[in-house]
Amino acid sequence: MVERRPALGLLAHAIMIIGALLVAFPIYLAFVASTHSAQEVMQSPMPLWPGSHFWESYQTALMGTGKASARMPVARMIWVSFVITFIITFGKISISLLSAFAIVYFRFPLRNLCFWLIFITLMLPVEVRIGPTYQVVADLGLINTYAGLSIPLIASATATFLFRQFFLTVPDELVEAARMDGAGPMRFFKDVLLPLSATSIAALFVIQFIYGWNQYLWPLIAATSEDMYPVVIGIKQMLGGGESNVEWNVVMATAILAMLPPALVVVLMQKWFVKGLVDTEK
Amino acid sequence: MASITLNNVVKRYGSGKHVNPVIHGVNAQIADGEFIVIVGPSGCGKSTLLRMVAGLEEISEGEISIGPRVVNNLEPAERDIAMVFQNYALYPHMSVFDNMAYGLKIAKVPVDEIKARVDKAARILEIGAFLQRKPRELSGGQRQRVAMGRAIVRQPQVFLFDEPLSNLDAKLRAQTRLEIQKLHRELGITSLFVTHDQVEAMTLAQRMIVMNGGVMEQFGTPEEVYTRPATTFVASFIGSPPMNLLKDAPDAKPGVITGIRPEHLDISPAGWALQVEAVEMLGAERLVYGRWAHSATDELVIIRTEEAHAVPALGTTIHATPRPDRIHHFDAATGKRL
Amino acid sequence: MEKRVLFRSTWLPWLLLAPQLLVVGVFFFWPAGQALIQSVQQQDAFGNSITWVGLDNFRTLLNDETYLASFQTTLIFSVLVTVLGLSIALLLAVFADRIIKGATFYKTVLILPYAVAPVVTGLLWAFMFSTSNGVVTYGLHQIGVHWNHLLNGNDAMALVVMAAVWKQISYNFLFFLAGLNSIPKSLIEAAAIDGAGPMRRFWTIQFPLLSPTTFFLLVINMVYAFFDTFAIIDATTQGGPGKDTATLVYRVYFDGFRGMDFGGAAAQSVVLMVIVIALTVVQFKFIEKKVNY
Repeated sequence: MVERRPALGLLAHAIMIIGALLVAFPIYLAFVASTHSAQEVMQSPMPLWPGSHFWESYQTALMGTGKASARMPVARMIWVSFVITFIITFGKISISLLSAFAIVYFRFPLRNLCFWLIFITLMLPVEVRIGPTYQVVADLGLINTYAGLSIPLIASATATFLFRQFFLTVPDELVEAARMDGAGPMRFFKDVLLPLSATSIAALFVIQFIYGWNQYLWPLIAATSEDMYPVVIGIKQMLGGGESNVEWNVVMATAILAMLPPALVVVLMQKWFVKGLVDTEK
Repeated sequence: MASITLNNVVKRYGSGKHVNPVIHGVNAQIADGEFIVIVGPSGCGKSTLLRMVAGLEEISEGEISIGPRVVNNLEPAERDIAMVFQNYALYPHMSVFDNMAYGLKIAKVPVDEIKARVDKAARILEIGAFLQRKPRELSGGQRQRVAMGRAIVRQPQVFLFDEPLSNLDAKLRAQTRLEIQKLHRELGITSLFVTHDQVEAMTLAQRMIVMNGGVMEQFGTPEEVYTRPATTFVASFIGSPPMNLLKDAPDAKPGVITGIRPEHLDISPAGWALQVEAVEMLGAERLVYGRWAHSATDELVIIRTEEAHAVPALGTTIHATPRPDRIHHFDAATGKRL
Repeated sequence: MEKRVLFRSTWLPWLLLAPQLLVVGVFFFWPAGQALIQSVQQQDAFGNSITWVGLDNFRTLLNDETYLASFQTTLIFSVLVTVLGLSIALLLAVFADRIIKGATFYKTVLILPYAVAPVVTGLLWAFMFSTSNGVVTYGLHQIGVHWNHLLNGNDAMALVVMAAVWKQISYNFLFFLAGLNSIPKSLIEAAAIDGAGPMRRFWTIQFPLLSPTTFFLLVINMVYAFFDTFAIIDATTQGGPGKDTATLVYRVYFDGFRGMDFGGAAAQSVVLMVIVIALTVVQFKFIEKKVNY
């Protein structure tokens, strides 16, 4: 606290409130839209206060009983999203823990090569290798399967890199103490390293959950039947069919439902997430 | 240059049910040009007091005046003060010259005047060779001198030092102490110096404020604090090894603590009877630890003797005589001097 | 960097690395290699014959006006998203830093866009600006601004830029806030004692010391604008009107999966790869030289 300028303090709150409002506005609007009936939403302009059709919209969305454009059961799509996201999250975290452990704690020929091979994957997001990846997945017969939708997204090394950085900060004395206690490498990994990594794992969980849940381009081409659409794809599909056919209230209800799980994860795990995000990328 | 007046200064954190009083009413009058040390253990509130004078903390109650002005509502920049921080707080992205010139540029001092002042300060502190370097290229001691240079060029009314020597190694600390004394002799600016080290306090202070738990226990010259400590806390805080505070001295009255410094006890044929428990050889002197022969308490009496005397053997009984004009008495309940 | 104490084993590390190497090999290197190969080939429409065409695909690209136009589009888009995204986030971070009361509430709200899927972001903004019943469109109409991103290229670009910036604010905000928190308080206090007011303290002390964070975010935002904005564009303008908002990555999808031009799309992918690698190398090189205070 360096000075006593109440004006500045007031200004700060004013700006933060404006910022928060601007940020929250689109989300608020979506929620309002989801509580009206389709006709009310189509009014120009749409009313800014919540309506009375909350249950209707959400039920239609979840059951997939809307008009032609909103016929996919959102409940199913949310399930697909959950499965894909969990495969990506757990898959990535587990193989990265093992790889980072190998690279940091062992000396073996070609170690540096392996490190760089994995490191290069940081540089190319999936959008850049989209075409050939599709072909590979098709060749393996994995198009339109849970495996095909998730495993290619485990290929980048962000998690491995993060765990490597973290492992490098673990004091050597712990390994020496474990060795003297008679623990082998996997024992050490399970009983010492993993518990220490809890915060990093938590942060990565949030980051990978968001990443997996929000994936768009890959599922767009790799999921070919509606029952394998994650919810973010489903939403977009609802818009096809011309503007007049779109049941906006159902679309918005779906949008809110699609936003809920990641928002919950971020808000509930806020502390670890912020710490992990800032520490790793640096 | 200005006097400083602390008038019943109180500091509280929190409000309502969670009020945490940290400083309980400090009163002090500091004359123009005095070098005052605020000394005490960690958490006694000395840094908080300094920061209130600086304007970095709000004053909960009471008044602080610099010169004739009451500064309670003045911003740090308006108080005409300069501060040397414990971790130097040098601007890492600016050169040494720019670090020292920063405050002057803001005050719109003309460029040649700035250069003159910086060069003069650099000469006094012997950092002229580093003016174009960045702080990260300097050693701890050099950075500390730059921090002092930054304060000097402002030519303020008051210097504030917040434990500036704590991050230096022992040898550098001693060296820098001498430099600070020299500076004060040359510039004569009123200074408030905070430290937890009683040696620094004793060597640097013209007068010192001894603080404990937010209370000012004594405000006096090093001599006064050493020879007539106002409370048991001051008595044991100043001087190393600390003053013996004894409950069980022979012919002691109940409720009275007898104080006698280890250096004022002489081993003699008659006097207090003690059984030697341990002896520490420190080269030029030695410390003898003894237990009362007449009572079974755990109280240890420490005696400082010089090299010339013989070393008493462990377990033997010796006698020690306190010098009569160096005995202190304190109230056991309040700790205050009787 | 190396650990002093290592385990010795010849087979265990390989076992541990196997899953990652397998996934990376099959789903990264293999497709990347394929992309390189395909970029110098041309397939006919039925996928029957494959002819080796050398660098023809690349030459066609560089001579294609619309491709070069999409370079420009991408550049304009990236610059706008980066500059706006960083400035707004910095403003919010600076003021959030001064506040104690309600800080958690503001931070929670500001983090929300991070959780929202890019495609949903595009959807929300398209909804707000919808030409038929958009709330904002209506408001703009009241003050005489006729918004139509389906017809007006500039409106379309503005829409995708706003949506992309909205999404990215959380990330930038978090990093700027962390950067501000890492500046020792004593520096700010020293500056205050030296006579610097809040504005001067920000520009002469805090902003320069934030430069590693700023540069890092600059690169991250550019990469984001180049690649992660596919979903936003697909949900709002689908690259239109015409090709006004077709960024490079959108074209890869469009030409490859809609236009069935695999060779051309592969060549475009290779171009994108080169750009990403260049950006990443620049970032790492600078981070290494990062000033260590």
